[in-house]
Amino acid sequence: MYKIVNAEFLAENIKRFVIEAPKIAAKRKAGQFVIIRLNDGGERIPLTIADSETANGTITIIVQGIGKTTKELNSLNTGDFILDVVGPLGKASHIEKFGTAVSIGGGVGTAIAYPTAVALKQAGNHTISIIGGRTRELVILENELKQVCDEVYPTTDDGSYGFHGFVTQKLKQLIDNGTRIDFVLAIGPIPMMKAVAETTRPYGIKTVVSLNPVMVDGTGMCGGCRATVDNKTVFVCVDGPEFDAHLVDFATLERRNRTYKESEQEALHEHLCHFDKAFEQGLKLNN
Amino acid sequence: MPELSKKDRMKIPRQPMPEQDGVVRSGNFKEVNLGFTEELAKMEALRCLQCPKPVCIDGCPVEVKIKDFIHLVAEGDFLGAASKIKEDNMLPAVCGRVCPQEEQCEAKCVVGVKGESVAIGRLERFVADYEREHLGLKTPELKPKTGKKVAIIGSGPSGLSCAGDLIQSGHDVTVFEALHELGGVLVYGIPEFRLPKDIVKAEIDSLKSLGVDFQTNAVIGFTDTIDELMQNGYDAVFIAVGAGLPYFLNIEGENLNGVYSSNEFLTRVNLMKAYKFPEFDTPVFNVKDKTVAVFGGGNTAMDAVRTSKRLGAKNAYIIYRRSDAELPARKEEIHHAKQEGIEFLLLANPNKFIGDKDGWLTGVELIKMELGEPDASGRRKPVPIKDSNYVLNIDMAVIAIGNGSNPIIQQTTPDINFNKWGNILVDEESMATSKKGVFAGGDIVTGGATVILAMGAGRKAAKAINEYLTQN
Ligand SMILES: Cc1cc2nc3c(=O)[nH]c(=O)nc-3n(C[C@H](O)[C@H](O)[C@H](O)COP(=O)(O)OP(=O)(O)OC[C@H]3O[C@@H](n4cnc5c(N)ncnc54)[C@H](O)[C@@H]3O)c2cc1C
Ligand SMILES: Cc1cc2nc3c(=O)[nH]c(=O)nc-3n(C[C@H](O)[C@H](O)[C@H](O)COP(=O)(O)OP(=O)(O)OC[C@H]3O[C@@H](n4cnc5c(N)ncnc54)[C@H](O)[C@@H]3O)c2cc1C
Ligand code: SF4
Ligand code: SF4
Ligand code: FES
Repeated sequence: MYKIVNAEFLAENIKRFVIEAPKIAAKRKAGQFVIIRLNDGGERIPLTIADSETANGTITIIVQGIGKTTKELNSLNTGDFILDVVGPLGKASHIEKFGTAVSIGGGVGTAIAYPTAVALKQAGNHTISIIGGRTRELVILENELKQVCDEVYPTTDDGSYGFHGFVTQKLKQLIDNGTRIDFVLAIGPIPMMKAVAETTRPYGIKTVVSLNPVMVDGTGMCGGCRATVDNKTVFVCVDGPEFDAHLVDFATLERRNRTYKESEQEALHEHLCHFDKAFEQGLKLNN
Repeated sequence: MPELSKKDRMKIPRQPMPEQDGVVRSGNFKEVNLGFTEELAKMEALRCLQCPKPVCIDGCPVEVKIKDFIHLVAEGDFLGAASKIKEDNMLPAVCGRVCPQEEQCEAKCVVGVKGESVAIGRLERFVADYEREHLGLKTPELKPKTGKKVAIIGSGPSGLSCAGDLIQSGHDVTVFEALHELGGVLVYGIPEFRLPKDIVKAEIDSLKSLGVDFQTNAVIGFTDTIDELMQNGYDAVFIAVGAGLPYFLNIEGENLNGVYSSNEFLTRVNLMKAYKFPEFDTPVFNVKDKTVAVFGGGNTAMDAVRTSKRLGAKNAYIIYRRSDAELPARKEEIHHAKQEGIEFLLLANPNKFIGDKDGWLTGVELIKMELGEPDASGRRKPVPIKDSNYVLNIDMAVIAIGNGSNPIIQQTTPDINFNKWGNILVDEESMATSKKGVFAGGDIVTGGATVILAMGAGRKAAKAINEYLTQN
């Protein structure tokens, strides 16, 4: 059992948890993830380790409630327990001194990109962050990023905050304005990552994305997380999760992630019927 | 033992295994075989000729004292028989169910030369079940504590049997398991209808009661490396991580939705209990009234295809490139699969998978095969028949063509020697690897093999580790 020592909402539906997991805290590197299982009968889901504190033996995860397990997780509070947490899994981000490094986060992707942005800064890069959200409330971690990055640009689709437009438009603007960019990391919804890849491709800027297929074991045993990169099959949990954006077959990834769409909705529906009111109320109170 | 002549004994027919009806069971996940009654067991035991030179033992990889335990069964001393088996085999309830007996002990049995061999596996299963049900698992004597610590990586049959022997020798034993559940392939691969999980759990509980420490959610290599374990006070390490890397066919369309590796399909259903979705959270492709094709002919393929039938598949095919005679699965599983309505498309090989515009699997292009000259394995090599390709409409595919080695240990422990397939190289007698104090056994050494071989390797390693620890 892993204790939640702190839980708070960062935005509607996006919650940050600090969890006691001393071994993982001591070992994890930027880019790695854990797999959690909430309770008996629960699903195993992957979540990026956003941060860690070796002294307290804690790791931080930031979770967007999109389906049954993430919503159930987001209904947990300080003092609650998670049954299984395993990690750190996956390859650590490849960090070097590139020069100027831009990290782009869309929605909860900002949380996934955050640890790598920190590592890029520590490696001596001039670090720029572009963080996108549909609307002002969904732009997360701006203050945290400002403390580590040289430049931080929030963007909103509806123009309610920061740059009005998509993260890719902001990126294009930086390029057009003559900013020399040596490295881009993009993490967020698949269409966003694909758009970033297409934005940087003509300029030959080295671009990395973190893929988010459905996983089971996270150790390379099942092959369920396979994706196509450079026309070859990779197992994202052990070969990734980060890959060269210009070589990823995003269409296949998007399609494979839809495998359980109908079933997931059934599970979520079932779940909401059972826990319905209390659960929804909890979310509101927490907000 | 009643006085019976050899001739009389030979006249007794091999006793049938009571089993769930084929149609009924293809709709549930309960165990297919129901097990011998005491009467059936005694009658079957009488078929054993108590040979002066019991050749059956040569067929058993761990040399169970078959003749002696069967003698005790015939006399009705079932608990005595159980102790006798356990001198050599820690997991008789498992092996009695899943050993390929027809290639091992029973293949050698002299009664089998003219008639049907003694049902050694079924007797072994009966005896183990009898002991568990009537006595609980017996706790053996433990030697005084030595103060030495051993880390075992992986909780499959190899790791479990090594742990059992080492704890009895007085060492402290910790088993590290990557998954949240213990038992390795016995829990995530082999389905409930062939090996009830309660049986595996009872074995693990008895190890726990002996003091073995189990740590789940520990992926060695990531959570701790082997070097870190040794720095943290473990005096020896046994690597029993199995063969956990699914092979794919490497043909077009393999990443379409609806194409699974057998590991993924079986893990979702067995470990994550997808057959109880949505009561359990993990889903699996809904095969109800759909057509499923499983590629391969081994135990894994049989498990996958019979599982899909139980999940409601209308048509469930085994597609295998050689003929009936070469199917590597246990004969009993093939027989059961046929009873349950599984269709066998033999001498057929997939060329490519076909999908619809949304990327869902809709079919597979197959080519017919014929058997040519024997290949390196001694089996006749299947060769494609020109222009014999055709399309079979299917909704789900499971690839069950074997497993390679998971690379995590190799990547994180550079000073252990591996062969080019990623199997760990060991000294055959001691199971020692090229790294001091580190031993290995089971599927990670042999490649995908059998439960009894993995168990035997675990015991061999335990003996060598015990010697190593007393010398160092
Ligand atoms: C390496 C890795 C790191 C991740 N890190 C984070 C993180 O830090 N924070 C976070 O909030 N999420 C993260 N994710 C995504 C997270 O694992 C999924 O959101 C989660 O598995 C969904 O589970 P669920 O039961 O709540 O939703 P489900 O009910 O399983 O799915 C809801 C909907 O989302 C789709 N979906 C399913 N799985 C995924 C997926 N992996 N990615 C995108 N869509 C999916 C389904 O098709 C369905 O339509 C990560 C994924 C990976 C692979
Ligand atoms: C579906 C299926 C059906 C089978 N049917 C039969 C049968 O009928 N008869 C038969 O004799 N054999 C059968 N086999 C083969 C048999 O199950 C294996 O040979 C046997 O289980 C191997 O045992 P093992 O202990 O070496 O490894 P496994 O049983 O594979 O156990 C290895 C364990 O190590 C864990 N692990 C892996 N990496 C790490 C790590 N880095 N850190 C921590 N833990 C780790 C794994 O999660 C796993 O639990 C079958 C196999 C399968 C897949
Ligand atoms: S362990 Fe397997 S091979 Fe040995 S006697 Fe028992 S069933 Fe036969
Ligand atoms: S070979 Fe057959 S008949 Fe002879 S002792 Fe063994 S089991 Fe009995
Ligand atoms: S999640 Fe099973 S292989 Fe990656």
